[in-house]
Amino acid sequence: MGQLAAFIILSVVTLVAAVVVVASQNIVRSALSLIPTLLGIAGIYILLQAEYVAGIQVLIYAGAITVLILFVIMLTEHGTGARFRQVNEQVLPGTIAVAVLAALLMAVFFGTAWPRPAGALPQYSATAIGVTFLTNAILVFVVTSFVLLIALMGAIVIARRER
Amino acid sequence: MVNWPLEIVRAVLLTVAVFTFMAVVGAMFGVLLERKVGGWIQSRLGPKHVGPQGLLQTVADTIKLLQKEHIEPRAADRAIFNTAPLVVAVAGLMSWVVIPFGTLGDRVLVVRDLNIGVVFFAAMASLTVVGILAGGFASNNKYALLGGLRSASQMISYELPLAMALIAVAMEAGTLSTVGIVEAQAGWFGSFAFRQFPAFVIFLIAATAEVNRVPFDLPEAESELVAGYFSEYTGMRFALFQLGEYGEMFAMAAMATTLFLGGWKGPVLPGVVWFLLKMYLIVFLLMWVRWTYPRYRLDQLLNLSWKVLLPAGLVWILITGYRVTF
Amino acid sequence: MLLVDWLYVGVFLVVGLVMAALPLAVVWALAPRLAQPQKRTTYESGVVPFGQAWAQFNVRYYLFSLVFVIFDVEVIYLYPWAIVFRQYGRYAFFVMLIFVGILLLGLVHAWRKGALEWT
Repeated sequence: MGQLAAFIILSVVTLVAAVVVVASQNIVRSALSLIPTLLGIAGIYILLQAEYVAGIQVLIYAGAITVLILFVIMLTEHGTGARFRQVNEQVLPGTIAVAVLAALLMAVFFGTAWPRPAGALPQYSATAIGVTFLTNAILVFVVTSFVLLIALMGAIVIARRER
Repeated sequence: MVNWPLEIVRAVLLTVAVFTFMAVVGAMFGVLLERKVGGWIQSRLGPKHVGPQGLLQTVADTIKLLQKEHIEPRAADRAIFNTAPLVVAVAGLMSWVVIPFGTLGDRVLVVRDLNIGVVFFAAMASLTVVGILAGGFASNNKYALLGGLRSASQMISYELPLAMALIAVAMEAGTLSTVGIVEAQAGWFGSFAFRQFPAFVIFLIAATAEVNRVPFDLPEAESELVAGYFSEYTGMRFALFQLGEYGEMFAMAAMATTLFLGGWKGPVLPGVVWFLLKMYLIVFLLMWVRWTYPRYRLDQLLNLSWKVLLPAGLVWILITGYRVTF
Repeated sequence: MLLVDWLYVGVFLVVGLVMAALPLAVVWALAPRLAQPQKRTTYESGVVPFGQAWAQFNVRYYLFSLVFVIFDVEVIYLYPWAIVFRQYGRYAFFVMLIFVGILLLGLVHAWRKGALEWT
């Protein structure tokens, strides 16, 4: 029961903050509202017994990526708090399309026979992740370092070209 | 089954206890200590008049700040302007969840010994950056914005060496839990200050930069950017930013004693006393450095982090790995 | 139990927010409020503020935060490795040697390309 209450609170926080991210007219407020969204998601990870993933969610997403986004926003003229128009002329067709899509999705979700997981949740603790890296997923581990290297090189190329 | 209401009540009581401890030991006593130490190093006496030996100085300051008018710049973004100090203050205080204060009988005094203790600490440190950026931006003041950007750049640059030091200690201890790390240090020479001395040095330097203290306080340098990202903050909001910074500084000192000085371990005296002694030793060290060294330029500061501390940290991790497995 | 651990963290967060906001509430109740337009002007060393308050776009801020994100991701791979590598002996050490080595290569590359220069 406590878990259900926690899930409801976290979901409300996450969804409300997410709506602010999408709908706010002030871009900085929109970016800052990412923080409660990401923290709420970290909370949901904890409910799934994945505390290390929650920790890195806060560390990377809320701590690093939000900072990156804010840097870019504040260094362009949008950082002055310019107001964006959030709706265009096609509100009615848009609403209808969204309602149809939502109905379709809900029909699919509730109509599918999701397989029930057998047994306990797999371990997501930091120790278990480390063990997986060094045994089953070792290739993934090493390839990730290559991916990071290439991302770094690519980012430097792009950023420096715009000098 | 877990008794939720009981746990919630216990949690609230523990939180209030830790915050009161923080407010008294950290903010009140710490600010006074800073001014006294600064005074002694500069051959003068610090505050002396308020209370015996100036002990009530911070109380007086707080009461004064509580009565200051709440001024907002006209063009500031109100919502962000008001929440930024809260973010910084709360992030600074949240780091205290995983700090073990000592033992009572055979129970460890810690709010909660999280399995990912060390990662949680690093995550809270990285949340302060966003608060500072938001504060700098919301003031709609060129100095504040620049100060916020520079401060944020500095803080993120030093988070990496901090993480390297934390990883090296985690390697040595085999666990991410703070209590586990203290348990892994046995006796005087078992403490990681010796076996992980480079990590200790890196941690202290990174910690000083993370809390924007001299010699790394360029973003708040009074002579350059007025007061940096908090130029437009007055009264209690300013105090909240300071609370966040001091809370973070004490948290870093407490973390350093936990990771490197053996936490609460020590003969004869109770654990809590040892913990406080060691923590204040590090705080005194930080304050001593503050009043002794001149300020680094921002590019020197960033070079130190990226070109010296980060490679050193990575190499030290490899050396520790080699030492442990061979 | 795991969830109880984090319940404490959650309560800490909420109580912390309340206790941090408390002084602000006290100020709102106690402090004088004298609305004068001069008080609300932006501070610029006593001069009338000039121009919009945004900094020139300088790519160095962006580059720093970018390199930071990359290395932060590396760090989150190092944490789990750090706590289990002891049980796997030399093999684990060599795996990490490769991982850290490649990322050190990245750091050197960034250094040489001037991504770490402030000016």
